[in-house]
Amino acid sequence: MSVASHSARSRVTLKARRLPGWAPAGVGAAAILIAALAVYLPGAGGPVLTSVVAALLFLVGLGALSTVVEGGRAARNRVATSLVYAAFVLALAPLLSVALTLVTKGSERLNGYFLGVSMKGVSAFDNKGGAYHAIIGTLEQAGIATLITVPLGVLGAVYIVEYGRGRLAALIRFFVDVMTGIPSIVAGLFILAFWVLVVSPMFNNGRPEYSGFAAALALSVLMLPTIVRSTEEMLRLVPGALREGAYALGIPKWKTITKIVLPTAAPGIVTGVMLAVARACGETAPVILVALGNPAINFNPFSGGQSSLSLYVYEQAGTASKYAPGRAWAAALTLVVLVLSLTVAAKLLARRNKLAR
Amino acid sequence: MAKRIEAVNVSAYYGAFRAIDNISMTIEPKSVTALIGPSGCGKSTFLRSINRMHEVLPGAKVEGQLLIDGQNIYDRDIDVTAVRRTIGMVFQRPNPFPTMSIYDNVVAGLRLNGVRKKSLLDAACEKALRGANLWNEVKDRLNRPGAGLSGGQQQRLCIARAIAVEPQVVLMDEPCSALDPISTLAIEDLIAELKNEYTIVIVTHNMQQAARVSDRTGFFSIDKTGEPGRLIEYDDTAKIFTNPSVKRTEDYITGRFG
Amino acid sequence: MSQQSLTTTPASPSGAGGGGALPRGSRFGAERAFRILATAAGSTVLVIIVAIAAFLIAKAIPSLRADSENFLTFKDWFANESPPTFGIAALAFGTVVTSALALIMAVPVALGIALCLTHYAHRRVASTLGFFIDLLAAVPSVVFGLWGRDYFRGPVSDLSTFLHDNFGWIPIFGSKGPYGASILLGSIVLAIMVLPIVTSLSREVFLQTPKHNEEAALALGATRWEMIRTAVLPYGKPGIIAAVMLGLGRALGETIALALTLGAVYNVSFDLLGISGNTIAANIALKFAEANPTGRSALIASGLVLFAITLVVNVTARAIVYRRREFLGGAA
Repeated sequence: MSVASHSARSRVTLKARRLPGWAPAGVGAAAILIAALAVYLPGAGGPVLTSVVAALLFLVGLGALSTVVEGGRAARNRVATSLVYAAFVLALAPLLSVALTLVTKGSERLNGYFLGVSMKGVSAFDNKGGAYHAIIGTLEQAGIATLITVPLGVLGAVYIVEYGRGRLAALIRFFVDVMTGIPSIVAGLFILAFWVLVVSPMFNNGRPEYSGFAAALALSVLMLPTIVRSTEEMLRLVPGALREGAYALGIPKWKTITKIVLPTAAPGIVTGVMLAVARACGETAPVILVALGNPAINFNPFSGGQSSLSLYVYEQAGTASKYAPGRAWAAALTLVVLVLSLTVAAKLLARRNKLAR
Repeated sequence: MAKRIEAVNVSAYYGAFRAIDNISMTIEPKSVTALIGPSGCGKSTFLRSINRMHEVLPGAKVEGQLLIDGQNIYDRDIDVTAVRRTIGMVFQRPNPFPTMSIYDNVVAGLRLNGVRKKSLLDAACEKALRGANLWNEVKDRLNRPGAGLSGGQQQRLCIARAIAVEPQVVLMDEPCSALDPISTLAIEDLIAELKNEYTIVIVTHNMQQAARVSDRTGFFSIDKTGEPGRLIEYDDTAKIFTNPSVKRTEDYITGRFG
Repeated sequence: MSQQSLTTTPASPSGAGGGGALPRGSRFGAERAFRILATAAGSTVLVIIVAIAAFLIAKAIPSLRADSENFLTFKDWFANESPPTFGIAALAFGTVVTSALALIMAVPVALGIALCLTHYAHRRVASTLGFFIDLLAAVPSVVFGLWGRDYFRGPVSDLSTFLHDNFGWIPIFGSKGPYGASILLGSIVLAIMVLPIVTSLSREVFLQTPKHNEEAALALGATRWEMIRTAVLPYGKPGIIAAVMLGLGRALGETIALALTLGAVYNVSFDLLGISGNTIAANIALKFAEANPTGRSALIASGLVLFAITLVVNVTARAIVYRRREFLGGAA
């Protein structure tokens, strides 16, 4: 009846014809060789086309060889394995390319001078200017956003985990998740429509006030759901026995939360906050809309336009000057170093977090 | 339709930890062999090394020889999938595929082997479900999800799934430990019928069960935690439970040692 | 809730063990204040979402009243003119096309990586590789935009030439050039950017596959790929759909990378190679600096449409995730 039973009657055949261990490597080498010949001899293209052709040849070759020797099932398994690893290489290629371009182009201009001066009075023909004003902007905006979001987000998570019951809690949980998907440009438009156009004129003689603080508000809208979510996860990891132990000592619930639960979860909460701050530092769209940018140094986040590193990169990318791209890449490198060091520090902290592992 | 299994000096590891040490035993065809012993004694590990499921866990490996029909299943040119097709397995917790219907669960193995013809699949499905004593209960709802059955029915569905590919050997890893007494009885009856066609190896915590269903019994034990499990005694079930030749077996059987 | 107030009163100075009645909970204690504070913080999320809708609608209405063309069907954007004429058609089209193309490219790769991390690579290797994918997620979008515009445009132009020379008979590759800021470039950059989120979400989904189901498939004699097709993929299907939709939400809202890599042309065309393409979000970033009050209001109106689209996509995706969670919770 079935394939299995036929062979089973007499003697089980457990042996299978298998390709030798070096077969994939051999097929790979042959594929690269053939692809290189096919691409370079007629002069059809460069290394990229060669690798694409080689990859296709490898898949087809290995699949065909395996089908003949090992049969269809093993062949499909081999092709699937190759495709899965190919997906990886495909994703790492742009990451490598971005990293290489960043370092080579970014390091040309990145020096103490660039980090120490602003763009005030720099014309399209001047080979000078720097990102000091933008760094100030990024730090102030991200700092204020953190000050606003951390208490709000942590308390919100406390509500969801420790107090939330019924409809309201379920609704809040759901919309925290939905809110993580709000585009940053929409957050910017919201602060524009709400703060800049409606609230700020009340303090500014009826004229809208674009400011770093408005940018910080927009970043807060983006950071809030991330912080609530990560704090919520950390609070849920705090063992229930710890809470019960405190209740049994007669410690009131709010003190249990503030003195025992939150300190226990603190390392994880800090990790979540750092990741959220890192993402906020890289946001450009809201800053364009509500802080407008400013070539000069503006320490006051509450009055007047302010730049930020990401906005500076965007501006320089669109500036018609032969010196602008160099400045854009230098600022991009600065931004990436800032964001990645925050991210990596957060991940290292998370690895040492005993609660999560 | 049943094969003899010979284990020769089988040791199994989780990373650097040796879980079982130098097990040698011969399992007779068309019989039920029970493996008993305290928790952590390596009986499940040994069972899983009979169909090369042990190595599925990260860092796990097996040494020694396991012969089926004189072929060592750990030889280099052996096809693992063929081994597992020949030696079926039923797990501790019933594990029907949750996204599949009863019918699809039973024929899953055949489909993997390239059987596409509806009439063949239908026939095999009915045969396997009858073999697992489940046909009468589910024949009117073959297209309902397998997860909707009771625990005992799910376990019999898993047995049907395992025998649908017509293996030589069926391994059962504490198949009743998650079931109620009535479902357990149904499975035990089924085991008694299945041994007419298959070689059955069953791991169980329940000594009465071993005494009821098996022809031969192997007693595994460990000296202390962290030491590898060893086969202490292997004999006819009647002998093991009435007149064991090793003191440790007797202590375990009579409950003087957990 | 009322029992909790029993525990709020601090121990009386007389100490425990004293006779007499237990102290009574006060209705206005610290406990109550803290709970109200936490509830208010949690509710902020709901307030913000409602406020976003309300303020965007309020500020969009003036321009929509002034628009002398049909906002939904008009393709061009002259919001600063008087009378203003502007419409969302070309922008909405561009948004959907670039996002769809990006997902078509990103999803198979993301699923491949997720499978690699969960079921193929050695555990230690997988955690290192997963770390690199997380780094990819951390790179700000403006950096991808700059890279796409200054560096990646070259290779994509070469690819465009190749595609046109060999497959020019397919209408989407019909453009003879010049090549550069095209839908192809924008959607590839976008694909790279949504890749990490789809990867990390589907990685979580694949990790949730019950081990005992995977073992059941292997014990039937399945190869690794067959095990994935029998046990992992069917089980993860709703989760994968949700991951793709969340990636879609991210793609629809991406702004800066597309502002830097698309052609900023207001047209409805399936030509992928020529200088073309614009999206709602990119258009807001590009047009904001030069906008007068009506122009600003018009951009807010377009943002409202984007908000509505992403809200629908996200709510649907999350609803799928939640239903699945309940389903699994009931089964376990």
